[in-house]
Amino acid sequence: MLFEHAKIMKALAAVGEIVGRKKLQKMIYIAKKMKFPFYEKFDFHFYGPYSEELTLRIEELCNVGFLQEMKEKKGGYYQYRYALTEAGEQFLTHYHLDMPDLDVCLRSLNEQSARFLELVSTILYFEDLSKDEVKEKVFTLKSKQRYTEEEVEEAYRYIEQLCEQAYIKS
Amino acid sequence: MYLNEKLSEEKVFKDPVHRYVHVRDKVVWDLIGTKEFQRLRRIKQLGTTYLTFHGAEHSRFNHSLGVYEIVRRIVDDVFAGRPDWDENERLLCLCAALLHDLGHGPFSHSFEKVFHLDHEQFTRAIILGDTEVNEVLRRVSFDFPKKVAEVIAKTYENKLVVSLISSQIDADRMDYLLRDAYYTGVSYGHFDMERILRVMRPREEQVVIKRSGMHAVEDYIMSRYQMYWQVYFHPVTRSAEVILTKILHRAKHLYLAGYTFQTPPVHFQSLFYGNMQLEDYLKLDEAVTLYYFQQWQDEQDPILSDLCRRFMNRNLFKYVEFQPTNEEMKKLVELTTLFKKAGIDPNYYLVVDSSSDLPYDFYRPGEEEERLPIYLLMPNGELRELSRESTIVDAISGKRRTDHKLYFPQDFLDDLSTKRNIKKKIKELLYE
Repeated sequence: MLFEHAKIMKALAAVGEIVGRKKLQKMIYIAKKMKFPFYEKFDFHFYGPYSEELTLRIEELCNVGFLQEMKEKKGGYYQYRYALTEAGEQFLTHYHLDMPDLDVCLRSLNEQSARFLELVSTILYFEDLSKDEVKEKVFTLKSKQRYTEEEVEEAYRYIEQLCEQAYIKS
Repeated sequence: MYLNEKLSEEKVFKDPVHRYVHVRDKVVWDLIGTKEFQRLRRIKQLGTTYLTFHGAEHSRFNHSLGVYEIVRRIVDDVFAGRPDWDENERLLCLCAALLHDLGHGPFSHSFEKVFHLDHEQFTRAIILGDTEVNEVLRRVSFDFPKKVAEVIAKTYENKLVVSLISSQIDADRMDYLLRDAYYTGVSYGHFDMERILRVMRPREEQVVIKRSGMHAVEDYIMSRYQMYWQVYFHPVTRSAEVILTKILHRAKHLYLAGYTFQTPPVHFQSLFYGNMQLEDYLKLDEAVTLYYFQQWQDEQDPILSDLCRRFMNRNLFKYVEFQPTNEEMKKLVELTTLFKKAGIDPNYYLVVDSSSDLPYDFYRPGEEEERLPIYLLMPNGELRELSRESTIVDAISGKRRTDHKLYFPQDFLDDLSTKRNIKKKIKELLYE
């Protein structure tokens, strides 16, 4: 029971802190695509894959005091910072989650920018399309982000690296 | 050309929410007649809600027609002739609206949870696969099915078209709120849709709302909020959903363990093996599912037969509020042990259900580019996010109310003919 909540907390525990809701969403989505057992349902939204289920789960964890949410003003907008609380750490002791390699994957993702993760998650969302079709999708659906060819190539290389770490044959 | 072909006479469907649903386009009429679309008559819009609100027997067929009608009114009566609107997208909008729920299965929510399915993938598969729907769409043009699938998947290049079908104020939500309110018989959920349609304006990337229509939108947002807590997340409906989920888990467990069913789950086999094909999926509907539940009431397995009897006869689980604090978690561990000692399998009879298990969406002001918010078109042409203008919306889009409940079979615990002391201890723990 509450296993899905515990998995999200384990993700937070692995990296210590995640800055930004967008980043958190994309990290879990990418981890899911790397076959880590996250079952939140993601849809494609204006800013890429997004899960309302995940957003609600985070809110529940904040409300019961297992996650700390800090709201910070950054330029013209607000940004949220998430970390596990002591009570959250204690809650996690009730679960023995066997997710080898998750920590490595998430730490790597957490080192990337939210903008880059948005690109990576968008590419993964269209994984069934050819590379040229994916590029077309990125450049039309994400025209405002002005991603370059180089960034797209870098994202592909990064996905390759993640797959190797997660022992997935791409 | 089939693209522009009109019926010789307009067809109308009587509808309790929109009064009439009007069809002039031959393509739309042909789509309604396909077997994949007709299948939606056998899938209820609100799943298990009929066990709480007995009127809620309406289907995804009714809703799909309703969404189509709203989009038809928007594109024909509001957007036609406006500068940001491309008339060539009209038929695409109508078809996507009509077909947006095509991939829903029986009691979708529970099935998707248990078997890790995604109805949107089935929608895509039906539209692009070897189906009657695909045949109709292909007659428009070779790439028309792909375009329709992209609009529904929200990956179509024209974001204005996507936002009509799927955004925070779209035809889908407007129809289901009004329709669900009507069929459940609740008084909340109503709002002035006609007014909202009149103040919608097409912009390059999404539909925006004229500032003068803000109060109608406030009403719509409040309806969403009220309907979520009063109808969609009703604790009795959740109880039925919990039992349904456990029936599916049990049936799968038994099947994979080699149990000999009196009524073998022929329609569920590929689901249990995790290789559901489109052809099999289309044969599944709620009539088929309920047939099995009816039959399984007489199975030898005591858990499967008990759960099916509960579902069919509405003998649902009771619940207590549950806050998953560390103290409560310790209690849950203790309860799990006691349930086992009492001979009641906690895997099926002790269940925590959370609000995040049913993610009907609240309004999100899009603070960190999570979701595109609703924008108001100010008199000076500027766009402003709704919650910055509306104190009501600002108030309900702040800190969220969340909820967890612990479900269990009260009647088992009340039967003190066996394990009397353990059951008494369980009740003390549950109600302390």
